[in-house]
Amino acid sequence: MIVRKVYLDHAATTPTHPKVVEAMLPYFTERFGNPSNLHDAGREAKNAVEEARAKTAALINAKPEDIYFTSSGTESNNFALKGIAQAYSQKGTHIIVSQIEHFSVLHTAKSLEKAGFTVTYVPTDPQGLVDPSDVAKAITKDTILVSIMHANNEIGTIEPIAEIAKITKNRGVLFHTDAVASTGWVPVDVNALGVDSLSLSGHQFYGPKGAAALYVRKGVRIRPQIEGGVQEDGRRGGTENVPAIVGLGVAAEIAAAELPRRMGHVAGLRDRLQKGLTERIEHMVVNGHPTLRLPHNLNVSMWYVEGESMLLFLNMDGVSVSSGSACTSRSLKSSHVLTCIGTDAAVANGTLLMTLGMGNTEGDIDFVLEKLPAIVQRLREMSPLYEDMVKKT
Amino acid sequence: MEQYSSKVMEHFASPHNVGEIADADGVGTVGNPVCGDVMRLYIKVEKDIITDAKFKTFGCGAAIATSSMVTDLVKGKTVGEALKISNQAVAEALGGLPKVKMHCSVLAEEALKSALDDYYKKRGKPSPVKLPESVGHEHEME
Repeated sequence: MIVRKVYLDHAATTPTHPKVVEAMLPYFTERFGNPSNLHDAGREAKNAVEEARAKTAALINAKPEDIYFTSSGTESNNFALKGIAQAYSQKGTHIIVSQIEHFSVLHTAKSLEKAGFTVTYVPTDPQGLVDPSDVAKAITKDTILVSIMHANNEIGTIEPIAEIAKITKNRGVLFHTDAVASTGWVPVDVNALGVDSLSLSGHQFYGPKGAAALYVRKGVRIRPQIEGGVQEDGRRGGTENVPAIVGLGVAAEIAAAELPRRMGHVAGLRDRLQKGLTERIEHMVVNGHPTLRLPHNLNVSMWYVEGESMLLFLNMDGVSVSSGSACTSRSLKSSHVLTCIGTDAAVANGTLLMTLGMGNTEGDIDFVLEKLPAIVQRLREMSPLYEDMVKKT
Repeated sequence: MEQYSSKVMEHFASPHNVGEIADADGVGTVGNPVCGDVMRLYIKVEKDIITDAKFKTFGCGAAIATSSMVTDLVKGKTVGEALKISNQAVAEALGGLPKVKMHCSVLAEEALKSALDDYYKKRGKPSPVKLPESVGHEHEME
């Protein structure tokens, strides 16, 4: 019997593209050099890193010299917020972020508060959109940096970055965007967006884990967070992870080449999944924005059932998804993103995040459409909340 | 998160004693949907012996497994014996629980105590059950 495996958790990570792996392999063995060395082995590695820098820059319409390689999206966000805040602390100490940022921004903002900065956390509307006028209102003469994510990693809402950038530019404030969830899935152009810095991560779009980048527009000062040698123009010490950086470059090249096809493929499957689930499951809420949303993202909340138990039953059927349930998190709190958009805390615990990828097929979607409604029904029959609802009506 | 034991997965995948008892002698509901779990436990008592127990639970894998286990453990016990079933006993019977899921075993114990309390009250007897301060339980972890 062939057991079907359906991976619908591409926002957690993607498989590394075979062409990426193939390009990386020589840099573990015959081309193992350290890019800091002047000899041939070093030069070979240095050239590979610079080639990857050019490819990564091309994906986001940046100049190669404005790209700094890091180890992860989290490091890029830490680098941007702390590095810029520290470099501009003489000018001001106020920072603005949204309430739905990834923890690598939110927790960094909290840590900057402990270091003496003040932070304003702007809300979103029920579809997850930041209102640019809220950002404008929050800016004071002490504001040095605004950080709003390009697209949210949970509900997929795409924020009005270009509009916010016009405001920050006007007011002489720097603007960082976390584009980790969006890069490789929608067009990302640092000039069209008008941002001063931007984070992206390779494993989110078929690159390897361990390679990410921070774009910093020329002229923006940023203090290094990893001090050591003069790698990355003296802004990020540590011997470069050459194989992973090479992989990131190839993943960026593939993303740039196939982006329209990629978006069409995943959006088509996502719409099929959303339509099918809506038809088959009662008392289900689709979270996020109906149109301004990442093409591979579907975030749904089911009343009267809990997310982790849905996730575990789906896993028994070979389907991998994420849950936004409180019970799966260490804090026993439901997602801060769903809280921000005003999702009822009781239904937030019945949330599933399904994110599609190039390997998924219509057959995969139909398989989930066959399995998930039955799982929800089974759990509802076991749920005292469902029982109470049925008795009331 | 730590993985679930095979015993937990067994009880989660095929939970025992799911359902309601129409003429139950005691019913207890504990938990809060905001925290992610609600348990309702029904008991049937004949001559001080718990002859049947059933449950309905909204919750994670551990919440369903502990509900299944506590209803198994309580059947055939006297009311006095049932009062002594602790959350540790439920967790141990399941081959242990991940640390962050121990609160589910606490909830199972509270659901049982709440059902026993209801049993005493329905019979017009003073209840020896010490219910936790908030039966809509609070999580102590942050």
